[in-house]
Amino acid sequence: MTVQTQFQTGAQAAALRQSGASVKMVAKDVKVFYGAKQALKGIDLEIQENRVMALIGPSGCGKSTFLRCLNRMNDTIENCRVEGLIALDGEDVYGRQIDAVQLRARVGMVFQKPNPFPKSIYDNISYGPRIHGIASHRDEMDEIVQKSLERAGLWNEVKDRLREPGTGLSGGQQQRLCIARAVAVSPEVILMDEPCSALDPIATAHIEELIDELRENYTIVIVTHNMQQAARVSQKTAFFHLGEMVECDDTEEIFTNPRDERTQGYITGRYG
Amino acid sequence: MQLTVLIIVLALLTIAGFQLGRSRAAATVGGRLVELHSVPSYHGLYVALWAGVPAVLLLAFWTASESWVVMQLVLAGLPDQFTAVDPQALSLLQADILNLAHGINASREPAPEVLAAAERYNRLHALGDWALLVVGSCLALAGLTWARGRLSPDMRARNRVERAINVALIICSLVAILTTVGIVLSLLFEAIRFFTVISPVEFLFGLHWSPQMAMRADQVGSSGAFGAIPLFTGTLLITVVAMAVAVPVGLMSAIYMSEYANPHLRTWLKPILEILAGIPTVVYGFFAALTMAPFVRDVGQSLGFAVSSESALAAGFVMGVMIIPFVSSLSDDVINAVPQALRDGSYGLGATKSETIRHVVLPAALPGIVAAIMLAVSRAIGETMIVVMAAGLAANLTANPLDAVTTVTAQIASLLVGDQEFDSPKTLSAFGLGLVLFLVTLTLNVVALRVVQKYREKYD
Repeated sequence: MTVQTQFQTGAQAAALRQSGASVKMVAKDVKVFYGAKQALKGIDLEIQENRVMALIGPSGCGKSTFLRCLNRMNDTIENCRVEGLIALDGEDVYGRQIDAVQLRARVGMVFQKPNPFPKSIYDNISYGPRIHGIASHRDEMDEIVQKSLERAGLWNEVKDRLREPGTGLSGGQQQRLCIARAVAVSPEVILMDEPCSALDPIATAHIEELIDELRENYTIVIVTHNMQQAARVSQKTAFFHLGEMVECDDTEEIFTNPRDERTQGYITGRYG
Repeated sequence: MQLTVLIIVLALLTIAGFQLGRSRAAATVGGRLVELHSVPSYHGLYVALWAGVPAVLLLAFWTASESWVVMQLVLAGLPDQFTAVDPQALSLLQADILNLAHGINASREPAPEVLAAAERYNRLHALGDWALLVVGSCLALAGLTWARGRLSPDMRARNRVERAINVALIICSLVAILTTVGIVLSLLFEAIRFFTVISPVEFLFGLHWSPQMAMRADQVGSSGAFGAIPLFTGTLLITVVAMAVAVPVGLMSAIYMSEYANPHLRTWLKPILEILAGIPTVVYGFFAALTMAPFVRDVGQSLGFAVSSESALAAGFVMGVMIIPFVSSLSDDVINAVPQALRDGSYGLGATKSETIRHVVLPAALPGIVAAIMLAVSRAIGETMIVVMAAGLAANLTANPLDAVTTVTAQIASLLVGDQEFDSPKTLSAFGLGLVLFLVTLTLNVVALRVVQKYREKYD
């Protein structure tokens, strides 16, 4: 396993990739119940490091539920029960040694609707590092804020108004702010739950480019309804249907040569 | 009697108007209802409104003015020697006529002319009632017939009925506004009378409050000092004590209920907490005067403080308890209104629950919480009963919560209890105090509402 430094350089990441992608997260027979209703029926999936994994499938198929299991966001939902194994770097995330709060610092999340805090742009970014005590003094924090915003491709647009409220930005800018906010705590994995569904095509293109760049330093899992988007940004794609993982393969393979009939039906638009 | 008949007649005509209008509308298109501009019931309502409204307006106008008109007629019929007197004697004469007319014996032997006038009054009144019955019924009938005759497939009955409903709604909201205006004006006029006797500067900045006025020139001990500063500081002191109790407890319980309590517990807790708001303030007053005040005194004495048996602390504490549900319920609402997405965003960054609450939820809810607190403050300032019962009526200028103090509202209550003479500054000072109180709570409420509005714009 690699030790993640705060901001890995591109060269280091490239070296990592050449040595072959290692498995970052593993899910084995994951079942999720909301009360008596079963939402996931035994999911097995491997998520490779420094890759973008896209989860596709019709609404209600359980892909967002699965995503929220990976950083235990489901813990905040009443009556939600998770069975099976989910491991990060070989360690069970539902195990006793791991605290959900610490896990979420390692596995960050970006949501469907941009949700900047009602604080200044600067405070939105510095919030995570501050609660985790990452920066010891002000200059260091300034640097983290700047680097995070640069990573999210937002720095040039907001550098002169860091003190203005984050809620005053446009939708696309807000979503990039949320990505910068997630990046600022230097997670190892970033989960994205339909990050572009509330954005216009230009902002979407912006975010997609960004995801591709972020892959150098982070492992990314993205849920999307947009199959072109999955094809554009991901290396691996998993197709979910009715709480099951139907198939998972290289993205190209899934979109050109799906093995399962249901996958074929979904990607060609016959149902979904 | 005639009035009851008229009301029944009007009700029947209105109902009949509705039915007739509806059937007539259907008849104009030969039962093909789609050809009507409005559905038949709107035509029915249109006719019913024309049958009922003018007659009811006439009824209202008549009831309001009948006595006056009849009295003028009666007075005009009296010889000059009775009516050509000063206004006070004239109103006395009118009272005599009314009493006789209603069969109440006057204290003095009435002149025969006055007796005749009283009979004439009764006769005219009865005539007027019959006239009203006839005129009202005819008006309703005329309205019904006229409106029914106007019905046609193209008539925009719905628009007309909706306009009438609109007007009715406007009138209802005007009632509330006009009542407020009326109260404020009466407060203002009485206060102005007070301020012509006592200068506003003395009232607002004087340090001594002793509203007893000398009734005779040689009376001693009743100087009549109207410096309201001790009342303002007393109000402030009790309000501060009350808020020191209500804000932390209310806010914490709101945070517990909205963030930590499970939904099942919450459905029990919230109503129970809100029962506190339903206890009459007099009951809180018992509690303050009989339990809390002695307790504060005993504890204070055992610690070596001189505590009066009525203290600002006891009254303020109980008032704070009374306001807790107010603060907690309003704060709970605004905390719940903070979008879940913000909490998720914070959890997604690895924040703990308490970090999320302190750094994300509370700042987001802050404007609403501030508004809740301001409304609670205006409630505390306006509270009377607890203070009267537990804090005393001594207008001490002190910042010591263990002393007895009094508040603006408690003074107003004590000034207006019992028989009053409304030309004495003692009584009028209540209106001066009321005006100040009104302005302060109005300002607080306006500011609080503005804050709430600003908050709402953010998350819709």
